[in-house]
Amino acid sequence: MAASTDTTAAPSSTLRNASGNILAFFILLLIGVLAFSIRLFSVIKYESVIHEFDPYFNYRVTQFLTKNGVYDFWNWFDDRTWYPLGRVIGGTVYPGLTLTAATMWKALHFLNIPLSVETVCVFTAPVFSAFAAWATYLLTKEVKGVGAGLTAAVLLAMVPSYISRSVAGSYDNEAVAIFALIFTFYLYIKTLNTGSLFYATLNSISYFYMVCSWGGYTFIINLIPMHVLLCIVTSRYSPRLYIAYAPLVVLGTLMAALVPVVGFNAVMTSEHFASFLVFIIIHVVALAYYIKGILSPKMFKVAATLVISVGLVVCCAVVAVLIAVVASSPTKGWSGRSLSLLDPTYASKYIPIIASVSEHQPPTWPSYFMDINVLAFLVPAGIIACFSPLSDASSFVILYIVMSVYFSGVMVRLMLVFAPAACIMSGVALSEAFDAFTRSIKFYAFQTGDTVSASTVSMENNVKEIEKKEESLKKRPSKKNKKKEKENVEKPLKKSQTEKRPLILPVEASVFALFLTVLLAAFYVVHSVWAAAEAYSAPSIVLTSHSRDGLHVFDDFREAYAWLSHNTHVDDKVASWWDYGYQTTAMANRTVIVDNNTWNNTHIATVGTAMSSPEKAAWEIFNSLDVKYVLVVFGGVVGYSSDDINKFLWMVRIGGGVFPHIKEPDYLRDGQYRIDSQATPTMLNSLMYKLSYYRFVETDGGKGYDRVRGTEIGKKYFKLTHFEEVFTTHHWMVRIYKLKPQKNRIRGKTKKSRSKTSSKGPTKTRTITKKNPWH
Amino acid sequence: MVKPATTKDDAHALFYSLRSAYSATPTNLKIIDLYVVFAVFTALIQVAYMAIVGSFPFNSFLSGVLSCVGTAVLAVCLRIQVNKENKEFKDLPPERAFADFVLCNLVLHLVIMNFLG
Repeated sequence: MAASTDTTAAPSSTLRNASGNILAFFILLLIGVLAFSIRLFSVIKYESVIHEFDPYFNYRVTQFLTKNGVYDFWNWFDDRTWYPLGRVIGGTVYPGLTLTAATMWKALHFLNIPLSVETVCVFTAPVFSAFAAWATYLLTKEVKGVGAGLTAAVLLAMVPSYISRSVAGSYDNEAVAIFALIFTFYLYIKTLNTGSLFYATLNSISYFYMVCSWGGYTFIINLIPMHVLLCIVTSRYSPRLYIAYAPLVVLGTLMAALVPVVGFNAVMTSEHFASFLVFIIIHVVALAYYIKGILSPKMFKVAATLVISVGLVVCCAVVAVLIAVVASSPTKGWSGRSLSLLDPTYASKYIPIIASVSEHQPPTWPSYFMDINVLAFLVPAGIIACFSPLSDASSFVILYIVMSVYFSGVMVRLMLVFAPAACIMSGVALSEAFDAFTRSIKFYAFQTGDTVSASTVSMENNVKEIEKKEESLKKRPSKKNKKKEKENVEKPLKKSQTEKRPLILPVEASVFALFLTVLLAAFYVVHSVWAAAEAYSAPSIVLTSHSRDGLHVFDDFREAYAWLSHNTHVDDKVASWWDYGYQTTAMANRTVIVDNNTWNNTHIATVGTAMSSPEKAAWEIFNSLDVKYVLVVFGGVVGYSSDDINKFLWMVRIGGGVFPHIKEPDYLRDGQYRIDSQATPTMLNSLMYKLSYYRFVETDGGKGYDRVRGTEIGKKYFKLTHFEEVFTTHHWMVRIYKLKPQKNRIRGKTKKSRSKTSSKGPTKTRTITKKNPWH
Repeated sequence: MVKPATTKDDAHALFYSLRSAYSATPTNLKIIDLYVVFAVFTALIQVAYMAIVGSFPFNSFLSGVLSCVGTAVLAVCLRIQVNKENKEFKDLPPERAFADFVLCNLVLHLVIMNFLG
């Protein structure tokens, strides 16, 4: 804001300040309401339902937590998934999200507002995105001021990248984690600016909440040490930096070790080593500055030479030991996911499961424009605005955006971490631009109007500043403003070298530029609302399509899970591909073999091998796992392209990675997976093909045209020998099969030698071998 | 030889000047420094004990060492804020600095006692 006048009457400036504060408060309130409401499109268009796959697991965990309490949740061993291995939920889940939702539910129930757990879960994300917008306001206010803060907050409330992961119903870790991320950064910058230990404590507590919420906390614990190092190297070390950083490391490491998922990884994995290294470095630097303060300069030189000669030797020894320890571990101490971030080709070579997740692929260029839209070209302007002047806080934001741009380029899921940084930078840029334009217009208005005391006073202040500068600089502005200025003396028209020299543009240009800026913001708003309404609101458990005769709703998934929960026994095991594991346990309440947690590659490979094998072998594998039902998703009738046949290549690859008898070339014809008449016999005999296309020809009168693959299928008429179909949903999207039990009597060669009365006895001894008693 | 002698003399001169400069610091800061030294010393004793006896249970070792390091760091922060020579903190009352110190220590020790097992 323009420098408020000191010499005029004090009440008017305090009134101005007060009204400005009230205005800012109401704007913030509106921003919160905006952030909440723009995420409600999915509830309006579909229903208040939980989306996708991962949120169903979180929902199930929250249900357990609200029913059984914290202690049972913390020690929960789940036997309804990864049969027969089970999963230690207490030790492998990030509890922040579920604890937050359960707390909100409990609070509401305490106030006698009886919302169901599902409703609380669905609306957690929009509520926390409103908090995240406020946290962005606070953070940007620390960097540049209130105007930039408000702009950044409104940009974050609407940025499509963040909307995509926090619509109503997307009950996933990022819903609360982004708020925790921004809030932790805000508290760090606040501590850095004020040097108060109170904010350092709050910073550590907020970091603890971040560790509880999301695996992306490693971004914080690596970015902050990098910034500290940057400050030290650019000679911006101050005691406030020490207070901001050192307690965070100690408290933060301890609190991270408290969370069972992280545990001792907080001190043993390479992701945290950067913080310890910088911890040591900052102590060395602090000691050096202290000694420099108490010694005379000559003595300090002596001390420096002594320390350097001794210290270098010690340093080399320590570094050598460290390198030996780290190099001895095969992954150099990094976890798989972090390694795939540093080396983008790592996952595709070594860990096909990580490579198969679509969220882990690098983003395309259009997705940048789709996700952050107009901000993409406001960010560079913001970076430049942060350099003038460069403070600790603005250097932090610059580092944040550079790092997040790199990581967003590696993995599309991390566009989400890039979005707040882009909003902050764009907020700064927009606010600076607005300032320049409105200052020009105000200046012009004061110029042409009667002499207002404020303007003369401000000009007097500027005159004093001008007189301090050299004479040569005075010549330039008079040349520039021959047209407008009546008085040449108080012309603060110089290009801004310091913030005392504001830039004034010609008034028509600034009015036009103001109009263009508002238009730009309007484009952004239109795009964000469109993205929220059309692109990111699909719950993916309910599909819709518009046709000439109205709206078709495909609710097949829930139909199948409801059938399972009503028509099977509670202890029956269901086998499907890992995508559907969370939904099956949450909605159908049946034990599954593999689910989205994908922690055990061999188990997934077993299921993948079974899906790729012929019926006999698949029956054997499933029978050994006690499976009763097999669930297959098939999109050929309606054109649903995320079905299991399209995912089949991953089943083959992952299965083939563990069981060498599954060879990918057996399924490929000319390097492609085909299911038409040109398909390989292995493909046509695989369980996945048979279960997907069994009786498929009955849907379109004998042609068997698969609408997703766009061809007629290869083998059209066949019978299933080891499985029987028990349920197919309305649009044939989910098909459930039951394993046929073993026959009591065995036909074939051994039949003649058997007596009529006892069929089991003598034949049992003969058929102890692994031979399948079917043929 | 002249060179090692001058190095030794330099070392002696450095040591004496350090000593004289340090003895000029006020007593309250010296008390804080003593506390820091005590905390670091305790941490070193714990590490030596762990080297002898083994690191099981690791969480207890970690919480013990980190509590010592944590109080040392917080005491250094207190010293920074209370030191009259620091121009940045000249309008921070020392009572407020001490209150912050106590609060941070409370949080630290709460976490420690939870993690100690």
